[in-house]
Amino acid sequence: MRNLFKRHSVLPGFGLTLGWTLTYLSLIVLIPLTGLFLRTTTMTWSDFVETVTSPRVMASYRLTFGASFLAAVINSVFGLLLAWTLVRYQFPGKRFIDAIVDLPFALPTAVSGIALTTLYAPNGWLGQWLEPLGIHAAFSPLGVLIALTFIGLPFVVRTVQPALEELEAEAEEAAASLGANRLQTFYYVVLPALLPAMITGFALSFARALGEYGSVVFISGNKPMVTEITSLLIITKLEQYDYAGATALAVVMLVASFFILLAINAVQWWFSRAALQGV
Amino acid sequence: MATAISATSSGQSRAALREPLWVKVIVFTLGIGFLGLFLVLPLVAVFTEALREGVKAYFASFRDPAALAAIRLTLVATAIAVPLNLVFGLAASWAIAKFEFRGKSVLITLIDLPFAVSPVISGLIFVLLFGLQGWLGPWLRAHDIQIIFAVPGIVLATVFVTFPFVARELIPLMQEQGNDEEQAALLLGASGWQTFWRVTLPNVKWALLYGVILSTARAMGEFGAVSVVSGHVRGKTNTIPLHVEILYNEYNFVAAFAVASLLALLALATLALKIALEWKIQAARPSLEPTAVEG
Repeated sequence: MRNLFKRHSVLPGFGLTLGWTLTYLSLIVLIPLTGLFLRTTTMTWSDFVETVTSPRVMASYRLTFGASFLAAVINSVFGLLLAWTLVRYQFPGKRFIDAIVDLPFALPTAVSGIALTTLYAPNGWLGQWLEPLGIHAAFSPLGVLIALTFIGLPFVVRTVQPALEELEAEAEEAAASLGANRLQTFYYVVLPALLPAMITGFALSFARALGEYGSVVFISGNKPMVTEITSLLIITKLEQYDYAGATALAVVMLVASFFILLAINAVQWWFSRAALQGV
Repeated sequence: MATAISATSSGQSRAALREPLWVKVIVFTLGIGFLGLFLVLPLVAVFTEALREGVKAYFASFRDPAALAAIRLTLVATAIAVPLNLVFGLAASWAIAKFEFRGKSVLITLIDLPFAVSPVISGLIFVLLFGLQGWLGPWLRAHDIQIIFAVPGIVLATVFVTFPFVARELIPLMQEQGNDEEQAALLLGASGWQTFWRVTLPNVKWALLYGVILSTARAMGEFGAVSVVSGHVRGKTNTIPLHVEILYNEYNFVAAFAVASLLALLALATLALKIALEWKIQAARPSLEPTAVEG
């Protein structure tokens, strides 16, 4: 029985380490997550649908998904520019700049939240210039977009950067020797090669933004129907002891991020298959 | 570095390998400008706001007993979560990298699962288990055990969000290294533990440290998950990030940013250590790409 499951090895400790791995994984991750899905079974289907499609919830989806999508688009554009700068250009302080890209990964979200709010508040460093132009950055949907852009940038840079580094110089040289100008070389040779990495970076940034909480709640102002993200709505429901409602929203968000991860895998599989066939 | 190889004979093909200067300037300015505006400026703001009323006011923020309690709780939660996940990471990578068995790829996916769960949901799952209306709520109440809105809940949430860090650093490295050295050690008469301590562990020490640093940073900075399970009892169930939130919402900005600057310094130290370790790991194994980390 055991041999069917595991191939023979001279190394000891398989039973102990796998046993501990499975026990710990079950206790910390699998059982709590299963509990979340089981909790929704205490609701009827119509209750569930009513909860996850109520007007306030729908408004939070529009904001969360809309702002996350826009932030991912902005990050795809500027992330490509930044990755290009870091890979192709030489300039002083490059190592420092390269390290700073990871800041949103390392900086606790509450810290980035209050820092961004202070910058974009009506009397803040940046807010005081935007306010006379009629642009309300903090405590508006724009603030949510700013926070989500902040946290998503490294995902695009860190996926595009290695792809750009691996790009063979020969392809660009060949295009050039065949008479292509720089724009044509970029558009027909470089960009298609970077596309899988850009799509992956976009999706990772989008998925991260969907679940973000800490950096958004300070700058958004949390007005119901206007600047309330879905993560905050989950907490609001919990504070009202509406466990079922909070769970229903959590399941919707989990399923959404699961589908995004699935899409990332599908895209990577499709591109690697296309590459193998020489398309 | 395509630009370095662009010494082709004809001037036209060189033009096709390099952007014109004005394009370079625009790309550089937009890229670095965006980074400055979105990443560097908020970081500068943290320290400027913290020191707005001088060094004295800055250090006074740390004399508040609530701030000290928050720092202590954060250290306790980190000191429990990181070693637990370190032991798990070692066990999981030994089982996964050193043996061939069915369902391995599913197991690796499951270990990464906590990264796909958003912070608020990471806290919610423990409220559903241990909260008053949770599955175990009535039983815990009957036995007078409090997990949610107490320290154990904060530790659990911290363990959950830092769960994969060490394992995901070790598994690919140990898979790459293979079993040859361990087999040789066993053949020469070493026991299993000796092999692990003297052969395997020294081989993975930098990656291990890398994983520990990343999980420590995340454990100390986690906000959403901890916020859900904490209950925000001042001086009792507030971690550093939660204390920052409370100070900020009380319009006590200098203190909020002073405490936040502590976390920002931690983030900067993490970045510096990360670079040093990536360099060390890469020097030891040229083929190894350090993995990007979602936090």
